[in-house]
Amino acid sequence: MQLSFRGHDLVLDPSGALFWPRHRLLAVADLHLEKGAAFARRGSLLPPYDTHATLARLEGLVRSLAPETVVSLGDGFHDREGPDTLSPDLFDRLSALTRAVRWIWITGNHDPLLPLALGGAALSELVLDGLVFRHQPAAASGIAGHLHPKARVWSRGRLLCRPCFTADDDRLVLPAFGSFSGGLNVLDPAVSALYPRGFSAYLLGDARVFRFPHAVLAPEPGSSLRRH
Amino acid sequence: MLEVAQEGRDALLIAPTGGGKTLGGFLPSLIELTECGSSGRLHTLYISPLKALTNDIARNLLRPVAEMGLTLRIETRTGDTPQNRRRRQREHPPDLLLTTPESLALLLSYPEAVPYFASLRCVVLDELHALAASKRGALLSLVLARLRRLAPQARFVGLSATVADPPQLARYLSPTPERVAVIAGGAGAEPEVRILVPEGPMPWAGHVALYAAPAIMREIGAARLALVFVNTRAQAELIFGALWRHNPANLPIGLHHGSLDVEQRRRIEAAMAAGALRAVVATASLDLGIDWGDVDLVLQVGAPKGIARLLQRIGRANHRLDEPSRAVLVPGNRFELLECLAAREALHARELDGGGIAPGGLDVLAQHVAGVACSGPFDADTLYAEVRTAAPFAALSRRDFDDVLDLVATGGYALRTYERYRRIERRDDGLWHLCDPRLARQHRMNVGTIVEAPVMRVRLGRKRLGEIEETFVAWLEPGDTFLFAGQLLRFEGIRDNEAIVSPAKDRSEPKVPTWAGSRYPLSTELAGRVRRILAAPATWRYLPAPVREWLEAQARHAVLPQAGELLVETFPRRGRHYLVAYSFAGYKAHQTLGMLLTRRMERRKLRPLGFVASDYCIAVWGLEPVDDVAALFDVDILGEDLEAWMAESSLIKRTFRNCAVVAGLIQRRHPGAEKTGRQVTFGADLIYDVLRKYEPDHVLLRAARAEAATGLTDIRRLADLLVAVEGRIRHVRLPRISPFAVAIIAGIGRELVAGDVLDQSLDEAVAELVAEAMAD
Repeated sequence: MQLSFRGHDLVLDPSGALFWPRHRLLAVADLHLEKGAAFARRGSLLPPYDTHATLARLEGLVRSLAPETVVSLGDGFHDREGPDTLSPDLFDRLSALTRAVRWIWITGNHDPLLPLALGGAALSELVLDGLVFRHQPAAASGIAGHLHPKARVWSRGRLLCRPCFTADDDRLVLPAFGSFSGGLNVLDPAVSALYPRGFSAYLLGDARVFRFPHAVLAPEPGSSLRRH
Repeated sequence: MLEVAQEGRDALLIAPTGGGKTLGGFLPSLIELTECGSSGRLHTLYISPLKALTNDIARNLLRPVAEMGLTLRIETRTGDTPQNRRRRQREHPPDLLLTTPESLALLLSYPEAVPYFASLRCVVLDELHALAASKRGALLSLVLARLRRLAPQARFVGLSATVADPPQLARYLSPTPERVAVIAGGAGAEPEVRILVPEGPMPWAGHVALYAAPAIMREIGAARLALVFVNTRAQAELIFGALWRHNPANLPIGLHHGSLDVEQRRRIEAAMAAGALRAVVATASLDLGIDWGDVDLVLQVGAPKGIARLLQRIGRANHRLDEPSRAVLVPGNRFELLECLAAREALHARELDGGGIAPGGLDVLAQHVAGVACSGPFDADTLYAEVRTAAPFAALSRRDFDDVLDLVATGGYALRTYERYRRIERRDDGLWHLCDPRLARQHRMNVGTIVEAPVMRVRLGRKRLGEIEETFVAWLEPGDTFLFAGQLLRFEGIRDNEAIVSPAKDRSEPKVPTWAGSRYPLSTELAGRVRRILAAPATWRYLPAPVREWLEAQARHAVLPQAGELLVETFPRRGRHYLVAYSFAGYKAHQTLGMLLTRRMERRKLRPLGFVASDYCIAVWGLEPVDDVAALFDVDILGEDLEAWMAESSLIKRTFRNCAVVAGLIQRRHPGAEKTGRQVTFGADLIYDVLRKYEPDHVLLRAARAEAATGLTDIRRLADLLVAVEGRIRHVRLPRISPFAVAIIAGIGRELVAGDVLDQSLDEAVAELVAEAMAD
């Protein structure tokens, strides 16, 4: 789906990635690589395929969109141990990616100091053509991740729950791209407070993105939030 | 009983309620303890499915023991037992410990379990019929297998209501069932069962029988204390409301179901015991064990669905063996009336339906293996042999066992990346050891096989009314009204994770909370009897006139389903083409069949639009007529189509989540501990999707598929049916809707939240259907 954001033409991809054709820039938020391993360390032996799955989707996008630049919008790894638990083949796949393009790690709250061997450049913010890419959304305009937005809508008598982008004229938040990344309902104040004048949610469908205005979204059951 | 005890044999005591069987189970232990005195070690273990029952039995035992002047320690241990008392019980065991399967599994996970249970002489299992066939029963069977090894001298005594297949229960009780003494108590007087038939027209659809409220009130008025049983909590709310609307004498009537707040339930139970109530509307929450008061009449509203359950419920009335229990069945619609008749015949013939004991789930086994590891190092071969002595796991293959061992150790993934996070490992002594003692605490937080759907408390002012499912709350808007705890409530919003409500004034169309999985399956035996009634017009003269006329009309306008065939009707109606199959396989099997049929019709470009299922039949409709019915119902529908549907369905995802929790892969959400701060949820769906993609044959996916297939969707029953009728599908093309089809088509659109609120007999749409069907 095309989105005109602060005068720039951006593409919201149903994978949850953002593509900026003019700069051939692909942005993905919250990969949370090695989240399965982080849980396993604490005794919950989740399937060890999350990093495979996330990288496979990312490799597919890089093949099909042929970006020059890939920006990981923070929380690339789930925790500090992440880079160390990567198996050799995953390490190789990831560093092949970071070398195939200009790769930028925006540093997030979960991100460790990344080993040089992984490749890519670490930045706290990237500014391009006046658009600011950062990890945590801010009152100032910009493109960010961190919140893992998801939204619930009624569709043909069923309540659907999907990850989504959220945007108003100034602030765009990407959904989490990682395979094991959960979501936060966009009616939670952590998201909605960012948009005092309301926002649209762009829900990820199987093959396309669907836009819904803030007013039709359903709250999370069990939350103290209602639509205003 | 005493003789059997002296021989040291296991025993299965089968008696209807009121036979005094619980005391019978304890008697040998009490005598032995009287003779030998307390040894300061555990002598007898009592296990029941309900906490409340455990407490009740303890009270009933303490009194005679005190009167006899015995100095025995009798204690309960359930989820409600405080930590300090649990610790004391571990250090200083009582003579008699009364507990639940989950608490026992927990107790067995401590290293001191071996000396603790070594002295055990007797294990009493109460309400065994209610436990054995369930997932909890699978876990309990493993726990019992372990107890047998820790205490080889102990006797096992099972107490059960009358069941269809006593040998099967004997096998559950003991790996050497031929050594079990099966003691059948007197059958008791045959119950007096009446069927309430409306004076006016008999409803075509619905299960709540709201039409019968005045008649039910008359029955209540003539009884001392009546129990009004219904099948679901939603029905309980509806019929309770309806009874109060027809209660000019203000007879005190209470409501009791599992989602009401404990305080509310305790109040009702106390009022029953004190004789302060005339009737209680109840679900399965009052099925078992405890006798609260002097019940002299049982009403079953809605079809009974199973003969054994009906018998158990009827047994709640009149606990004296020499007098018959009195019961009234209140059918909700025409097919239900036939089912009530069938049930009465079955009771008369003393025929019961038996739920078979299904193979135990691999997720349950994983939990048990983890529990064993927490209690101390174990040898895999010995444990495998021990597990196979449990009936549900008798056919467990070594490959499945090893896969489960691997699941507990490393998650069981083909990609061996979790070696360094092993939970259990095989050491040089050849035994499996727990790697980190902290894992034992994590395991103990997770014991049990019941994974509840997320619920939310309902608060009215300062009072807690109970809990409703979160998915229902998600449907509510502030200002919506709904029926709960017998009151009409207005939803105000959510505060501090509770649904805040106020009394509602507007009575228009309240919603009724529904609870997932609360529907009972129609038993095969009962379905068979209904079919036999349909196929034997000679027996119809005993039927109430409206129902007899309905059957005769079906014979005239269409045909009646005969034994050994599947009747399928097709007819056009208002631009749609309908197909109705009378397969009598139960609601769940029909739901599955509906999904499969519409999938298949879509592929054949028959443009299906929807389907509706009941216990008796399934109706599908679309834009194109179905010509080749036999091909549509081909047995291979259960092959690829089923696989494809299962993989995508929310059912399998929910089942997978439960299996993952039971197996300890995902930690249970504990009330109060969850949802602090930001609510980032990380669903089991994501895990399911990834696992299915990368390791479709993983042991947990196998466990989830097996559970979904046998337990939840009754696939086997569907398969049996389709195989049985292969080549004998009777396709009848009709010019218009048949009298039987009205009963299902009238139910379309009623499966919504409001369910049965409408009075079906007055519904204009139904009247129109009936007119069409009966036109000559």
